[in-house]
Amino acid sequence: MISIENVSKSFVLHNQGAAEIPVMRGASLNVAASECVALVGASGAGKSTLMRMIYGNYLTASGRIMVGEVDVAIAAPRDIIRLRRETLGYVSQFLRVVPRVSTLDVVAEPLLATGTKRDVALHQAEILLTRLNIPERLWQLSPTTFSGGEQQRVNIARGFAFPYPALLLDEPTASLDPTNRATVLSMIGEAKARGTAIIGIFHDHAARDEICDRQFDVTRFTPGLAA
Amino acid sequence: MTPLLQVENIAKFYGPRIGCTDVSFDLYPGEVMGIVGESGSGKSTLLNCLAGHLTPDRGVVRFDTRSEGLRDTITMSEPERRMLGRTDWAFVHQHARDGLRMNVSAGGNVGERLMAVNARHYGEIRAEAIDWLGRVEITEDRIDDRPTAFSGGMQQRLQIARNLVTGPRLVFMDEPTGGLDVSVQARLLDLLRGLVREMNLSAIIVTHDLAVVRLLADRLMVMKDGHVIETGLTDQVLDDPQHAYTQLLVSSVLQV
Repeated sequence: MISIENVSKSFVLHNQGAAEIPVMRGASLNVAASECVALVGASGAGKSTLMRMIYGNYLTASGRIMVGEVDVAIAAPRDIIRLRRETLGYVSQFLRVVPRVSTLDVVAEPLLATGTKRDVALHQAEILLTRLNIPERLWQLSPTTFSGGEQQRVNIARGFAFPYPALLLDEPTASLDPTNRATVLSMIGEAKARGTAIIGIFHDHAARDEICDRQFDVTRFTPGLAA
Repeated sequence: MTPLLQVENIAKFYGPRIGCTDVSFDLYPGEVMGIVGESGSGKSTLLNCLAGHLTPDRGVVRFDTRSEGLRDTITMSEPERRMLGRTDWAFVHQHARDGLRMNVSAGGNVGERLMAVNARHYGEIRAEAIDWLGRVEITEDRIDDRPTAFSGGMQQRLQIARNLVTGPRLVFMDEPTGGLDVSVQARLLDLLRGLVREMNLSAIIVTHDLAVVRLLADRLMVMKDGHVIETGLTDQVLDDPQHAYTQLLVSSVLQV
């Protein structure tokens, strides 16, 4: 489902003496349907960078990143937008939403964007929010005022609302209590069971060992670290 | 899929000075494109060239018209272009007073655009106006008030209602949230997002507010000194800017 071939990336900081910082070289990774792969490596090794490259959030200097039929490394913006709408989900660590939009609408949005009827989408959002223990009295409020843990659960609900064939998870269990953590792990398990290919970053090692089929050490592809 | 708008090598000069030059892009139905850059970078000049308010010195702008497919809007006759401006296009000005008739009631402002496309039944026009005022959160009891009696945020929402009532397919926006306080901005952004989705609108938004484009625009174009220096997916350009100027622009934003 996700096939990464020989990708590299560097940042050029034009306003800081044009410093060029190579951050990834020659990384390759394949993730099949129903497989969950954890990205591992020390902080700064490039786990998030690789994940952002897969999502098209960072440009890829060379190599191929195939997600389904789309090569994210060279795809036009509108193709990446369609890929994100229909194929590739991303649960980031931070919630970024339009202020004033209700939590229910935030969670239902990926379904609305793919043509699900409004009542069906909202019902699905209610089920997810209930499952993640977001109290019903908060559903009509904007999540921008929620606590960190609540925002993260809203983010997860939103990320799991649509059954994407491929999913990127950035620390999905980071600030959760044991009950919610267990819920999120079973949601990831269900996604795997229905064939979703998953790439995740987990600093929660117990969670990682429980849910991931294998680990991928990005340090091997970090210029300056591997050598 | 046919692009809704095709822009090829647009250039506009003010005497020896460059307004904007070498601008090309395609905009597809349902897409929202942001144009950012500092004052004087040519973004408003470009928007006005695209919307037919200025005649560019070079280049082609093609719009996918309902009846005849792609037509060059620069060479088409003035009446045809004005008709597009009343039907398929909408233009939201930064200052609501530039886009409203200040001495006509709120209902009249909305109804006028309907009459321009041959709506004649008073009751229907008024009902439609009430419906649209409601959508932009202006209550029915204000329909007979003039925009001069409205706050800045209300005037801006009225301008949006006036523009969208005829069901346009392409909306040009020049700093639509400029000059509004932040809570009003948020409300307006929420409203615009909803309308873009519901009506499958395409939009081109000129702004210098990077937070606004991040929330509203799918794609981003960065301009400096009349040139396009970087384009791409909005979050990619903001999170992984390639050009020195874009890096400076992104890193200069004050965090709250």
